[in-house]
Amino acid sequence: MTTSQSAAVTVTELRKTYGDVVALDGVSFTIARGETFALLGPNGAGKSTTIEILEGYRDRSGGGASVLGVDPGRGGIPWKARLGIVLQSSGEAGNVTVREQLTHFAGYYPNPRSVDEVITAVGLEEKAKTRISKLSGGQRRRVDVALGIIGRPELLFLDEPTTGFDPEARRQFWELIRTLKSEGTTILLTTHYLDEAAELADRAGVIAGGRLVDIGPIGEIGGAEARIPIVRWRDAAGSHEQRTSQPGLVVADLVSTAGGEPAGLEIVRPSLEDVYLGLVGSHAKQNQEIAA
Amino acid sequence: MTATTATLSTSPLPAGRTLRLGLSRIGYEVRGYFRAGDSVFFTFLFPLVMLTIFSVAFSNQSFGRDAAGNGISAATFYLPAMLAAGVLLSGIQNLGVDIAGEKGDGTLKRLGGSPLPVFSYFMGKIGQVIVTGILQAALLIVVAAVVFQVQLPTDPSKWMTFAWVFLLGVVTCSILGIAVSALPRTGKSATAVIIPITLVLQFISGVYLSFTQLPEWLQNVASVFPLKWLAQGMRSVFLPESFATLERGASWNLGGVAIATAIWFVVGIIVCRVTFRWIRKDS
Repeated sequence: MTTSQSAAVTVTELRKTYGDVVALDGVSFTIARGETFALLGPNGAGKSTTIEILEGYRDRSGGGASVLGVDPGRGGIPWKARLGIVLQSSGEAGNVTVREQLTHFAGYYPNPRSVDEVITAVGLEEKAKTRISKLSGGQRRRVDVALGIIGRPELLFLDEPTTGFDPEARRQFWELIRTLKSEGTTILLTTHYLDEAAELADRAGVIAGGRLVDIGPIGEIGGAEARIPIVRWRDAAGSHEQRTSQPGLVVADLVSTAGGEPAGLEIVRPSLEDVYLGLVGSHAKQNQEIAA
Repeated sequence: MTATTATLSTSPLPAGRTLRLGLSRIGYEVRGYFRAGDSVFFTFLFPLVMLTIFSVAFSNQSFGRDAAGNGISAATFYLPAMLAAGVLLSGIQNLGVDIAGEKGDGTLKRLGGSPLPVFSYFMGKIGQVIVTGILQAALLIVVAAVVFQVQLPTDPSKWMTFAWVFLLGVVTCSILGIAVSALPRTGKSATAVIIPITLVLQFISGVYLSFTQLPEWLQNVASVFPLKWLAQGMRSVFLPESFATLERGASWNLGGVAIATAIWFVVGIIVCRVTFRWIRKDS
């Protein structure tokens, strides 16, 4: 009981099969209330299947799922009123204006945010009276985000929310998400931008081939091993690379042996992206070995 | 703290919410309808265009005489047919194509993830058809009377018949529109799937061609579908009483109109209940 009260989302051994194809093969994770959790993984890994099961759009083939204390396969209207959903594709190009659409959707929720505040938050003040069909792709995406938050959701699903955003719009979006976090909104985010996950998420899960290959705080994904800095340099024999937890000593050593500045010297701390690519890459390799 | 939030947020939503949202949807749908140029032309104005064409093309022909011996003009003859066609187009064709499109473009998926009750959504669609259907019928009747000098009935009981045939027809065709929206596999194929259905119905149900001149087997086929009955009901309002003899069974058979349409109403409700989904869950 305590866990279901404190956890916004609980997923245990979640399975989804389409005929013979296994899309999800025993995924488990928990998202605490107020937490921002990022689900990372390559296309077709099962991110959207997971999020759509939790949104109530798809039925699961096995395992357990609880979203705000409710089985998402049976969530009713009062349950939906507590969620905000930003789908992966915006699709529709309505012939209503941004303000009309938001005002209309605000009416669906018991305690919506102010329409003007939301329009400002997504940076569409100048487009408020423009029909949605006349907006650019990035602007329509902002309308999607606006519709996702208009109902003051307890839990917000963001499925690749910043696709089509220019860098400035992404920064602005990050600010918005930080505000939502500070108000206590729980957020489940999928994204292809690892910097976005690093900026926003408290924890992340990496999903590949329908399995969760790692889960943990953003700073610990992939384990300490994967974060050991790399020293690179060149000499007459070619390019060199050495992983070391003491890069300073390695460099000092290099300088003294070379008797001067080593060519092309760099010390790299693997970014989340490097760690992620390592994880996903090793998973793919394992699969090949199993197949072979 | 957490417990308080949980109790608050799972408290039941206010009563009457479904109706309030249904009314809000009607406003939203009507606005969207008139902003979409193609639906305004092909559904809303189409019967008026056809009435004008027939009235002008056959202006020298007589379509029979009333009891007093006055000739019946083409406009008089085609007005009830176009009113019935308008009901069919506003309901089945407009909603069928519209909802199939909404399925294809993600509108329904978005609505399915929102706390909008399905009933409110249906209310919005049916309300939109009632509002646009009334405007369409009013426009047809006014143009027929003013431009083509059609003599409108003066007997209030005729207008009562018009009211119930029209409303029953509009609501039934709206529900059938929601039902047929499940047929097209994609939003893009919607017009290709649905327009032939309504077109064939119009030809076999006495809208463009005089019903009693069709072969009997075709009349029997058409009698299964609601349009034949709606057109017959409309003729009973706008054509002279003596024209009843030209109908099958030599009477307007308003009881038959009510029963046949009501059966389709019920069938439509059942089909909607069984087939309507915000999204196909595992497509």
